[in-house]
Amino acid sequence: MLKEPHVGAPRSRVDGRAKVTGEAKYAAEFPAPGLAHGHVVSGAIARGRITGIDTTAACAVPGVLEVFTHENRPRTAWFDYKHRDEVAPPGSPFRPLYDETILYSGQPVALVVAEDSGTARHAASLVRVEYEAGAHETDLLRAREDAYVPPKRRSGISPPPKPRGDAVAALAEAPLRVEAEYRIATEHHNPMEMHATTVVWEGGGKLTVHDKIQGVLNSQGYICNVFGLSKEDVRVVSPFVGGAFGSGLRPQYQLFLAVMAALALKRSVRVVLTRDQMFTFSHRPETINQVALGAAADGMLRAIRHDAIGATSRFEDHQEVVVNWSGLLYHCDNVELGYKLAQLDIHTPADMRAPGAPLGVFALESAMDELADKAGIDPLELRLKNYAETDENEGKPYTSKELRAAYRLGAERFGWSRRSAAPRSMREGRELVGWGLASGVWEAQMQQTSARAVLTADGRLEVATATADIGTGTYTILAQIAADAFGLPMESVTVRIGDSSLPKSPIEGGSWTAASAGSAVQAACHAVRETLFRHARGAEGSPLGNADLDHVAFVDGRIVLAADPDRGIGLIEAMRAGGAERIEHEQTASPDKANQKRYSSYTHSAIFAEVRVDEELGVLRVTCIVTAVAAGKILNPKTARSQVIGGVVWGMGMALEEETLADHRLGRFMNHNLAEYHVPVNADVHDIDVIFVEEQDSRTSPIGVKGLGEIGIVGTAAAIANAIHHATGKRIRDLPITLDKLLERPPAERAR
Amino acid sequence: MPTQATPQAEPDRVTITLTVNGKPRSLALEPWTTLLDLLREELGLTGTKKGCDHGQCGACTVLLDGRRVNSCLALAVMQDGASVTTIEGLAAADGTLHPMQTAFIEQDAFQCGYCTPGQICSAIALLEEDHAQNPDEIRELMSGNICRCGAYPNIVAAIEQVMASGGEPAP
Repeated sequence: MLKEPHVGAPRSRVDGRAKVTGEAKYAAEFPAPGLAHGHVVSGAIARGRITGIDTTAACAVPGVLEVFTHENRPRTAWFDYKHRDEVAPPGSPFRPLYDETILYSGQPVALVVAEDSGTARHAASLVRVEYEAGAHETDLLRAREDAYVPPKRRSGISPPPKPRGDAVAALAEAPLRVEAEYRIATEHHNPMEMHATTVVWEGGGKLTVHDKIQGVLNSQGYICNVFGLSKEDVRVVSPFVGGAFGSGLRPQYQLFLAVMAALALKRSVRVVLTRDQMFTFSHRPETINQVALGAAADGMLRAIRHDAIGATSRFEDHQEVVVNWSGLLYHCDNVELGYKLAQLDIHTPADMRAPGAPLGVFALESAMDELADKAGIDPLELRLKNYAETDENEGKPYTSKELRAAYRLGAERFGWSRRSAAPRSMREGRELVGWGLASGVWEAQMQQTSARAVLTADGRLEVATATADIGTGTYTILAQIAADAFGLPMESVTVRIGDSSLPKSPIEGGSWTAASAGSAVQAACHAVRETLFRHARGAEGSPLGNADLDHVAFVDGRIVLAADPDRGIGLIEAMRAGGAERIEHEQTASPDKANQKRYSSYTHSAIFAEVRVDEELGVLRVTCIVTAVAAGKILNPKTARSQVIGGVVWGMGMALEEETLADHRLGRFMNHNLAEYHVPVNADVHDIDVIFVEEQDSRTSPIGVKGLGEIGIVGTAAAIANAIHHATGKRIRDLPITLDKLLERPPAERAR
Repeated sequence: MPTQATPQAEPDRVTITLTVNGKPRSLALEPWTTLLDLLREELGLTGTKKGCDHGQCGACTVLLDGRRVNSCLALAVMQDGASVTTIEGLAAADGTLHPMQTAFIEQDAFQCGYCTPGQICSAIALLEEDHAQNPDEIRELMSGNICRCGAYPNIVAAIEQVMASGGEPAP
């Protein structure tokens, strides 16, 4: 009997012990001899220029080593492209302390470096900055007038597809029409760990950098380009990342400042941002969606129009896929999609969990609910009726799509058939009860990734790739895959990631890491297996002498004949027979280009939400979410479930709580702390039921994985908003749906 | 106020005694040092996390004489004679994990791990307080500890697991 594989089984995290004992070290926690501490001084105006910086008082504080400003900073690379990181959008990247120009409120204007963090923080408060303020604009509702189609597309981000059919004419003729505007507020990632960098001055011009980053190679490349350093001299090591959700995709300004100071002072430097300063760089862009659906009386879609405007900075065109989902979630012959940007005096937005998708899908799936209402059709039936069998944006079949099964399984678990159709028709005690649903979709991707596997004669296996684990479970799934390749217990496997000296890996994002790093680790392990198998066959009296690799199995530290598992040879014995103390192979796994050309690959979900609303007080609870996810092979149901739950909690935050509020007179985000920027807490989260729908996919990645990091959030806010409409009869199209909006008398329809 | 002899002179330090994870220590501290900064920066106990420094997130939760506190809001010099237990002090000397640590692993009650030490300390004190009898009360009384990864259902499950097994109380 072959042992049950680790892959597919609910395994506990291999880094669990490190995380529950405090041993796991994050960027600000690595010690260094003679470590100096930097504290950032944040700018006070949204646009203009610095006319003077007085650092006298700060410099006079005992223990202060240096105050860096644009006036005295060391020289860095001149050309823009040298400052562009791996995932920079088109434009001129922000350069900290570059010159006197102020581009956004909260921009770093000085770095105070001192012997200890308390002194640096105190001295930073003594830096006096004078400004000449210019006219600024941070209000998207005004800037939308000047929205433009980004002239240069961002790499990896598909612009809207060309229109198909004639959406305008079809809409005009459609018996049923829904036209509305849906908005989503600015949100900030707010990982629990604040952005931080510890630069260890190793001497001889060498640096070891511990950065909060989702891709150590991105930080390494950035540092080398900006400061003219060689990759041999800069090693970035970030084994643990305290959440990031996209805020750590691009190197943030604390990395630049810490490296700059370390090079100038020739000593180790740490820079940790404050929670306030976590609101001074990446964020999810405020986005306006206009959606128009036209349908026949029976609910069959005749036309879809979806136009979005996303905020960006004045210096980079940050782009996301916001509207494309509306062209592929449903069958429709007449579709026109548009996406524009509007510039504000803000820092460039960044990818934040499922960038773009929950914004556009909130709009589409809210509009579908409105259409179901108008047509008098059950919202689930409406979706099934308009089900898309192929990707109509690109005219391609899917690698796999089990959304229909997701709808069915989710509806069964939730008890959807017991829903009474009319809004305000379900009530329990003081509370109105509402049930809503939505669909979710996210692109399934694989990226070229390299990995190394090393089997040593003590029976231990090490696998390594430069990728990150930001809480996603990467360590664990790689250990599962590697252990299975040799029939070893997971305890025999060491996984090394988050180190720029390891084989090349892209940034950890886009839900592609499991598929990419997992496939690379498997390929490296298989290469080791081949060498090992040659040794095994060559061993004296080997029972595998005439077998080939396809006819053996790796079980319990042995290579055995699949047909006769009692006959085999131990891994260690095989290595000894071949005189090998270690077998090491590095392999690169790449997506199948032919498949990519021929097929589209997406993950899907069906989300069902129950809300309860106290009608008098407006107090709202999300009492139940059922989400059925079709995402190919599930490597580890335990960590996978956690991933999806996390995404659902994010969807709840988006629906009900998260909103970075700006005072447009000051051009400044005002609720820059965790007391006033609300994220879900334990009391907000009730039952979340995750169903993984059986889905076979052999085309997205060699290991059958489609990815899970993002799908949990997409559609969740729409399902909740639809449930709120069902409970209260109020259709709220501006996220988050806060109590004031619920208690407000129904706002005038924001029709076009 | 005594005047300082030179601008470079050390600020006045206050000497206190603090038992940290069972070991008594005599510490000369600047009066404005928070318990959190003392643990992380002076004692090298980085298991206690800084998530906001304003008492808004709970990542810095430690057990102070068995009660859960936000160590970022506690001035170290005010804790003279107290006993502090951090995440590093929960496992037994032989490495056996505290039942709450084990439950967090088994229930997958964390993802990135950054809020986890605070969650675990908070959960241990919660059971000591004996106010939470059901999941709703656990949720309410654990709401001072934010988990941005959204592991809340699993955190509740971990606490329920320890409650059900009558797990050992905090050391």
